[in-house]
Amino acid sequence: MSTAVTPEQVEKVVVESLATFGADPDQITPDATFEALDIDSLDLAELSQIVHEQFGVELKGSDVAEVKTVEDAVQLIASRL
Amino acid sequence: MPETTHTALVDAIVVTGVGAVTPLGVGARALHERWCAGECGIEDGEGACADFDPTEFLTAKQARRADRFTQLAIAACAEALADAGWDGDGAGGPGVGGHPYPSERVGCVLGTGIGGIATLVDGQDTLRERGPQYVSPLSVPLMMSNAGAGALSMRHDLRGPSFAVSSACASGAHAIGSALRMLQSGEADAVVAGGSEAGLTPLARAAFGALDALSKTGISRPFDARRDGFVMGEGAAVLVLEREDAARARGARVLGWIRGYGASSDAHHITAPREDGQGQAAAMTAALADAGVGAEQIDYVNAHGTSTPLNDRAETHAIKLALGARARQIPVSSTKSAIGHLLGAAGAVEAVATLLALRDRIAPPTLGLTEPDPELDLDYVPGAARPLGVGADPLLALSNSFGFGGHNAVLCLESA
Repeated sequence: MSTAVTPEQVEKVVVESLATFGADPDQITPDATFEALDIDSLDLAELSQIVHEQFGVELKGSDVAEVKTVEDAVQLIASRL
Repeated sequence: MPETTHTALVDAIVVTGVGAVTPLGVGARALHERWCAGECGIEDGEGACADFDPTEFLTAKQARRADRFTQLAIAACAEALADAGWDGDGAGGPGVGGHPYPSERVGCVLGTGIGGIATLVDGQDTLRERGPQYVSPLSVPLMMSNAGAGALSMRHDLRGPSFAVSSACASGAHAIGSALRMLQSGEADAVVAGGSEAGLTPLARAAFGALDALSKTGISRPFDARRDGFVMGEGAAVLVLEREDAARARGARVLGWIRGYGASSDAHHITAPREDGQGQAAAMTAALADAGVGAEQIDYVNAHGTSTPLNDRAETHAIKLALGARARQIPVSSTKSAIGHLLGAAGAVEAVATLLALRDRIAPPTLGLTEPDPELDLDYVPGAARPLGVGADPLLALSNSFGFGGHNAVLCLESA
C-alpha cells in the first residue's frame, strides 16, 4: 500500500468511523477503550471494512479481538500499511 | 375431578397499555381520535408515518442498529409500556426494564410480514455496486424478521420467551394470539405483543403492484364498488398483556380484555382468499368459541377490509357465515380506510384501534365509502363515526386479520 499514508491519517479515519458508529466524539481519545465508547464487535467488523477500503489493510476477527483502545487500533492498522 | 386452583379471573388476560405509530401520527391516541374524526392519513397513495422521527426515541447508535420496522416498534413499545405504568424508560442497562414482574416472566411477540426490507435492498445494492466485501455486518441483524422482537427484549430487559411471528397481513393478530396463549399456559406473567412493518420501498411497491394487489388510484375505500386494491402503509402497534389477577394486584388500569383468539387457514390459494369466506369464518367462529360468547353478544367488527375486490367480498360472506343474523345488526368498519394496509402491523394496530373504540363506545367509520357495492350489504359505517352500543355494559368486538398464504387470525376483544 502507498507509503503516503501516515498514522495520523489512520487515526483520523478511525476516529471518524467511531463517531459514525455512535460513539460520543468528545470521548474518542487515543487511550479511550472501546468498552467505554460502547463500541462492540459489530462496530469493529464495520471498521475492518472501512480500513480495508481506505488503506487496503486486512484485519481478521482474531486481530480485532485483541484491540482494546483507539490507539491499539490505530497502531495495528498503521503497522500493516 | 381434583379442584383446580385456576379461576376465571386468573385465566383472564387484560390489556393494560397500548402504543402505536401510524400514518395518522405518533401515538395510539392520534390513531383513535383522528380515525374517529374521519381523518385520513394516506397521502399520494401511501400511508407513510411522516410524523415519526426516530431520533426522538433512539440514540444515533440505536437508530443505525435498527431497520425502520424495528424503530417503529421501539416507539410503539415505549408508549405502550408507559401507558401500562411500567416506568422503565428503556434507556438500557441490566435490570432497568421497570416492569412489575421478574424479567424472566415477561415475553415479547412481534409480528411482521416482511421484516427489514429496506436493509435487504441496501445490502443487495452494495453487493452489486461495490462487491461482497462491502456488505454491512449490520445487514443480518437489521433485516431479520425477529430483529424487532430482539430489540424490544433488550431495550426493556424482557427475558421470557421472545420471537417474531410471520403470517403476512395476519402477523399482528397472530402475535397477539400467540401472546394470549403464552399467558394462558402460564409461560409468562406479561407479554409485550404487537406488529410492525416498514415496507414502503420501490421493491415492495413493484412486487405488490405486479400482483395487481395495490390500488391504481391510490385510494383505500373498503367495501366501495370502486375499490381497486389496497394502499400500502407502514407503522407499528404494541400492547401490554397481563394476567388479570396480577394486573389487578398491582393496581393497573385495565383497558380491556383479549377475550378470545381463533385462527384457521384457507388451504386454497397463496394470495386469494376463498371466495365463500369459509376459512375466514372458521377463524371468527373459533374466536367466539374461545371467548365463550355467542354471535349475538358481538357489538362491532373491525374488518380486515383491505379495499381489494376479493377480500371485501369474501370477508362479507365470512362475517355473515360466522355471525348469522347478528351480522346485519352491528357496525363493521375498516381501519385501512384511514391509514392503508399496514401489512404485518395491521392486526396489532387494528386491535389497538378496536379496544379504544370500544372504550369510547364509538363505531369508527369506513372512509371513502360513498358508492356501495350491491353485493356487499352490511353496515360498514360509511363516512362518519357513530355511537356504539346501548347502556353501559362492556362492549365486545371481533378484529379480523387475513394474510397471503391463507392465514386467518381473529381476536375477540372486550372493553373494560
